[in-house]
Amino acid sequence: MTPALAPRRYFGHGLPYCDVKDLTGTLITLEGTDGVGRSTQVQLLKGWLEVQGYGVMETGWTRSELMSETIGAAKAGHNLNQLTFSLLYATDFADRLEKLVIPALRSGFVVLADRYMYTAFARSVVRGADPAWIRSVFGFAIVPDLVLHLKITVDDLIPRVLRGRGMDYWESGMDMHLGSDPYESFRNYQGRLIREYNRMSREFGFINLDATLPIDAIQEKIRTRVKAILEDRKIRALTEGLETIRPLLFEPEPEIPRVNLESAGPRGMNPSSGSES
Amino acid sequence: MKPERRNSSPRGKLIVVEGIDGSGKSTQIKLLYKWLEARGEQVFFTEWNSSALVRQATKRGKKKNLLTPSTFSLLHATDFADRMTYHILPYLKAGMTVLADRYIYTAFARDIARGVDPRWVRDLYSFALQPDATFYFRVPLDVATARILSMRAKIKFYEAGMDLGLSTDPVESFRLFQGRVLKEYDRMAPEYKFKVVDGTRSIDSQQQKVRSVVARLYESAPAALEAS
Repeated sequence: MTPALAPRRYFGHGLPYCDVKDLTGTLITLEGTDGVGRSTQVQLLKGWLEVQGYGVMETGWTRSELMSETIGAAKAGHNLNQLTFSLLYATDFADRLEKLVIPALRSGFVVLADRYMYTAFARSVVRGADPAWIRSVFGFAIVPDLVLHLKITVDDLIPRVLRGRGMDYWESGMDMHLGSDPYESFRNYQGRLIREYNRMSREFGFINLDATLPIDAIQEKIRTRVKAILEDRKIRALTEGLETIRPLLFEPEPEIPRVNLESAGPRGMNPSSGSES
Repeated sequence: MKPERRNSSPRGKLIVVEGIDGSGKSTQIKLLYKWLEARGEQVFFTEWNSSALVRQATKRGKKKNLLTPSTFSLLHATDFADRMTYHILPYLKAGMTVLADRYIYTAFARDIARGVDPRWVRDLYSFALQPDATFYFRVPLDVATARILSMRAKIKFYEAGMDLGLSTDPVESFRLFQGRVLKEYDRMAPEYKFKVVDGTRSIDSQQQKVRSVVARLYESAPAALEAS
């Protein structure tokens, strides 16, 4: 017997009032520390998928309707501690999960999450939370189909961030008093975060991608992985009963719009990088 | 995170009152506060859902009915964590008595009644300190409903569990939802060794019972009395 269409499961103790077993969409997450290039890759991937006719929903950290303002104000006021820091993020995550992610997956969308629960784990654990506790708090999260990890060393990260928007208070972990100036603090804090991401990469089986590669080279690797996942899910859908297939039957086949690939990415992607089949 | 045990350093007492809306617990904790103050204790009072950190989000979420069972639960946990940090722990460390009108058991009862996983919500609050005494004011549903209806012009949306769609009639929904909450309290009573107080008895006889239990707490820890 073929297993059911990649049955969804909760990460831990899930939401008893919400059955996720039959969600037909695909959940793809990008992880990695601050300034590593996640958002650029999400945008390129989104364009590529949409050109192929996939419905794509994007969700990003602290963007929930419920919590976005509160988190902004709390960070501005610098009055968070390890517990409230963790719980505010968890609330934001839950709001987006129930209001956006689950409905989108139920409608067969590809959901692209710029950061997922692993960012919360890294930041909370670095701030002293019990790793088992923070994992249990996110028990209601849905296990993603793919975790793409943009991996970098702190030495490679620093010039990137300095050339970009510079070092800010929270990304430097200044709340943790790890160094006397932003540079020292950033180095120390990001070093710890990166170690956490690397540890979790082994724990949860992330796909590691070298974040120092050129943007389109990373994107090409991402597309290869995503394509494999989407096709795998489709093949499994076709071997399942009609009920499971139904939402997928109305999706165009990935091959159809290949002609338009050149417009997929705003950065002039090499079309060959996306059209391998 | 394991619940913190009260072992190492000497600290103040944490006394908690619990019960459904209209059980009379707030009246009782105010009387207890007066009595403890008169005895010369340093007392600090904290109540459920009162931290500034998530006030706006909770208010907006409730007003616009944006909350799901999980975000309702997490917002209250965030509120509690903030109060634990600023309104409970420092006072206990300073040797003061903290009186809490509602504690983690309120979250357990309400959130489970709303349908979250009981194990999940218990893990969520595992950072909470164990109280020295938890009084559970038990009243039958009819008594609580009558008290709430006579005191308020309108029952609040989430208080009545209207988010669960149990009934479109607020009073009926209140009864159904509070009935579930009551069941959860009853279930927790032996598990967490609640001191159960019959909330249908006269106010002063309930208060006598509460005071006799609290008095024993101080007898078993003479150091705390000397400190005051």
